[in-house]
Amino acid sequence: MSNAATTAPAPAAPPPVEKIRIRVDGREIDVPKTLPDWQGKPQATTMLQACHLAGCEVPHYCYHPKLPVAGNCRMCLVEFGTPVMDPATRKPVLNEDGSPKIARSVLPYEPQTPRGAIACATPISPGMELYPGSPATKQMREAVLESLLINHPLDCPICDQAGECKLQEYSVQHGQAGSRFVEAKVHKPKAVDLGPRIVLDDERCILCTRCIRFTKDIAGDDALGIVNSGSYNTIATFPGRPFDNNYTLNTVDLCPVGALTSKDFRFKMRVWFLRETRSVCTSCGSGCNITIGSREDTVHRYEPRENDAVNSSWMCDSGRLNYRWIGRPDRLQNVLVNGIKSTWKAALTEIGSRLTAAPAGSVALVASARQTCEELYLLKRLATRLGAVTDSVPREGEGDRLLVAEDRNPNSNGARLTGICYTEMGLQLPRIADGIRSGAIRTLVVFGEDVTLHGIGPDLLAKLETLVVSDILPNATTAAAHYVLPGCAHAEKRGTFVNVKGRLQRFLKAVEPKGDGRPEAEFLQELAAGLGVGGGHATIEGLFNQMAKDVPAFAGVEWAHLGDTGVNVPI
Amino acid sequence: MPQEYRLILKHADQPGYTPDLACYVRHGGYDALKKALATPGRELPDGKKQSPQEVLRDDVLKSGLRGRGGAGFSAGLKWSFVDRRGGKPIYLICNADESEPGTFKDRQILYKDPHQLIEGMVISCWANDVKLAYIYIRGEMAKGAKLLNQALAEARAKGFLGKNILGTGYDLEIHIHRGAGSYICGEETGLIESLEGKRPYPRIKPPYFPAVLGLYLAPTIVNNVETLCHVKHVVLMGGVEYAKLGTPNNTGTRIVSLSGDVQQPGYFEVEVGKVTLGEIIFDRNFGGGLRPGRSLKAVIPGGSSSKVLKAGEKFKLRRKGADGQMSAVEVDLLDLPYDFDSLQQAGTMSGSGAVIVLDDTRSMVETLDNVAEFYAHESCGQCTPCREGALWMSKALHRMTTGDGRREDAEYLRQIAQNIQGRTICAFGEAAAWPVLSFVKKFNDEFVARGAADEAARASTPATAAPVVRVAHP
Repeated sequence: MSNAATTAPAPAAPPPVEKIRIRVDGREIDVPKTLPDWQGKPQATTMLQACHLAGCEVPHYCYHPKLPVAGNCRMCLVEFGTPVMDPATRKPVLNEDGSPKIARSVLPYEPQTPRGAIACATPISPGMELYPGSPATKQMREAVLESLLINHPLDCPICDQAGECKLQEYSVQHGQAGSRFVEAKVHKPKAVDLGPRIVLDDERCILCTRCIRFTKDIAGDDALGIVNSGSYNTIATFPGRPFDNNYTLNTVDLCPVGALTSKDFRFKMRVWFLRETRSVCTSCGSGCNITIGSREDTVHRYEPRENDAVNSSWMCDSGRLNYRWIGRPDRLQNVLVNGIKSTWKAALTEIGSRLTAAPAGSVALVASARQTCEELYLLKRLATRLGAVTDSVPREGEGDRLLVAEDRNPNSNGARLTGICYTEMGLQLPRIADGIRSGAIRTLVVFGEDVTLHGIGPDLLAKLETLVVSDILPNATTAAAHYVLPGCAHAEKRGTFVNVKGRLQRFLKAVEPKGDGRPEAEFLQELAAGLGVGGGHATIEGLFNQMAKDVPAFAGVEWAHLGDTGVNVPI
Repeated sequence: MPQEYRLILKHADQPGYTPDLACYVRHGGYDALKKALATPGRELPDGKKQSPQEVLRDDVLKSGLRGRGGAGFSAGLKWSFVDRRGGKPIYLICNADESEPGTFKDRQILYKDPHQLIEGMVISCWANDVKLAYIYIRGEMAKGAKLLNQALAEARAKGFLGKNILGTGYDLEIHIHRGAGSYICGEETGLIESLEGKRPYPRIKPPYFPAVLGLYLAPTIVNNVETLCHVKHVVLMGGVEYAKLGTPNNTGTRIVSLSGDVQQPGYFEVEVGKVTLGEIIFDRNFGGGLRPGRSLKAVIPGGSSSKVLKAGEKFKLRRKGADGQMSAVEVDLLDLPYDFDSLQQAGTMSGSGAVIVLDDTRSMVETLDNVAEFYAHESCGQCTPCREGALWMSKALHRMTTGDGRREDAEYLRQIAQNIQGRTICAFGEAAAWPVLSFVKKFNDEFVARGAADEAARASTPATAAPVVRVAHP
């Protein structure tokens, strides 16, 4: 554990940002001269950013704040004007009332009608006037939308994007009601199998190239491109090379229309039925922020949620698709005592008395780094009370340069900071195995791990007097347990994780637990109360705040501080 | 009687003139390069020192040379925008992607006098401290690319190109890059993308002005074939002397490609502004008039993307009188001087110098259908208005020429075209919209009549015909 973050000198105050005064639809506003571009580098503030600061959203398709600017959709065209300068003095020319004279931008040829600039790529200059609400701007938007729709199949009733489609949204906000198009539409390939996880409908595609830019510039895989020309332009992969990297599904999120769809999600659920819950992905230690889309008690999809401290706006495909276990039919649903269905009260009372009776040193506890900080904190308290040795199970895989961490536990740092394990996880596991073998350890508490895979085999488990196991799916350890306590998937409870970089993040509950399953923190509190070591927090907020007082790394943090994107803690 | 003034094409069509180096040198070839390389630096009256390169660039600016590719922008000014302080290499690209329908002037130079282009390029590169240059040649000009490669090899062998050119220590390499046959590659930033090995999608400006962020994001000069050849003559004649050719602000000569309904289609090099459109069409030194019994209907004066001019149209041109005062002069179409400014004042452009003549046998609907189909086919499809609008117009026109027109189609076309111009990434939007806008405006009656006739025909046929029959684009 290092305290580098707390002892480092406070960063020097950033230099004051120069402001530029402009007008947006007549309203004066000072905006910074520079703002971060897609890579976070300061660049001249664009008209689109300035309008946003002025509280006026400029519609756009191809522009995405995290992608290089393309400027191809033309939806963000905005009429503008610039101060007239006296060519001799280089001073602004004034109107009779003393206000600067503004030249509205017009076509440089007859009929000199208003000319817009693409707000996504045009920098602002002092004294500039932007007219995002002017009739000319509206006409330009209408015209672009019309162009985008003439060859669009208009198949919203069967389109997966319906309900979260920018064509639909902007049509309502900026479009025309009728169509005057009387020609035959362009037909393009439908249901193109782009790769193992992506299907493309070329007729719905508006050729904004977000998918191409993401795949090339963010995922680092120059896999997508455009073939053919003009209105027949078509997104394509190289012949015979499927679109298959671990980030392909981000293109589905980025696609503003229903062109790119996820094979996993398409035709499964109308998006407007989905309840959105802010959560965190559990597939590795990166802790990508996600939105869980669920209906009633079924999780239907994960989508990345923007957090610049963690995952920007992206997540990997493997993490995104790793949610089906939550709804597996073999989920543990019953409290079991010696294999017989019991009640929480009966089981916890029995476990409590067994643990109380266990002599110090005869108890060991294996917790999982997939559990929440709150749960690990309670387990550590229990272990301290019982004089138990504790550890957790390391889980490693191959990392990548973008988001996937080698550490495949979502909360390894939580396990370390709460004292469940040492920096090197799993050091105690052989000791626990030896203890069981020698008869010194007679009681084992296991949370969320199948210890038979980690050196404590069924033969050793059979030697135990008491084996208490909490998990959510059956395995060899739950099969050997005297007590089985059904727990919750992260989507079924609230709690916090600390990611590999020390980001303490909370996640919220999306669906109800299965059967008699209960959040571990809840029944652990009851168990701890029975042993006289705490409990009594009715809410996760109270428990978290208690934990923050007791765990040095979390000092000063309260649940309310975590917000949707978390805080950094020293690791 | 108006005459050709052959400067660029002085030797090209002479009997026995061949595109090889020996022949070129016999005709004074590479003298201009020697002269350029020997240019001394100088001190200006205000004490500022000019390097030899600056002197030469200054000369090109003084010559008033304007780009011969289409936009007619001052070549000297274009050179002056180049970022020379950024420390990045400066590239020069010769745009030999001549594809504007009706234009066949650069081809004459490339096929008949490639060394003239190379000499113009070496001089221009030297003047701009360029060490690496490219000739982006239209893919269809396979033989031209071969000739150019031969010419480059010859020039290299004789020390006009490569390391230590003519012993001055100046190194320059020129590479030929063949396009794959797309009109949009003639747009300078599309050309640059293509040269970089990408799809020729024109870049957004800002920030990608070639003079600052061009090829490989380094400062880049893109000049037309004919423009670069003119640089050679600017050097030989001196900028001030060159500027005496042609008319003020429209200096030098240019090659006009004349096609369509004239007796003698072909290319003619004329002093800019010294010859009128009428003379180009009717004079026996040029087009030689229309075929017997025909009368003039319209002229497309600067390549198919320029706005059409209607026979009998009158234009108000701003002219500086002897007293220095500007006054408006009314000029008939046929009396329009063929130069950059006059045609611009007439609401169109001299573009690539391609004059297409239409006589009274031509249907404007069919002609526009042909033009629109070209632009629908050549739209790169990067930005929405052009991608969708160009094909939309083409489909509507195809419908009109196949019996399914409507009275309102003229207005329909006008509105579609209006939604393209000025809203696209590159000038292709205008190129696609302007023919439609001008045809429909100036020949509105013909379009309405055609639609009305189709409506009448449909009304008189049995009810099986729908009011509007959807016709697939070919």
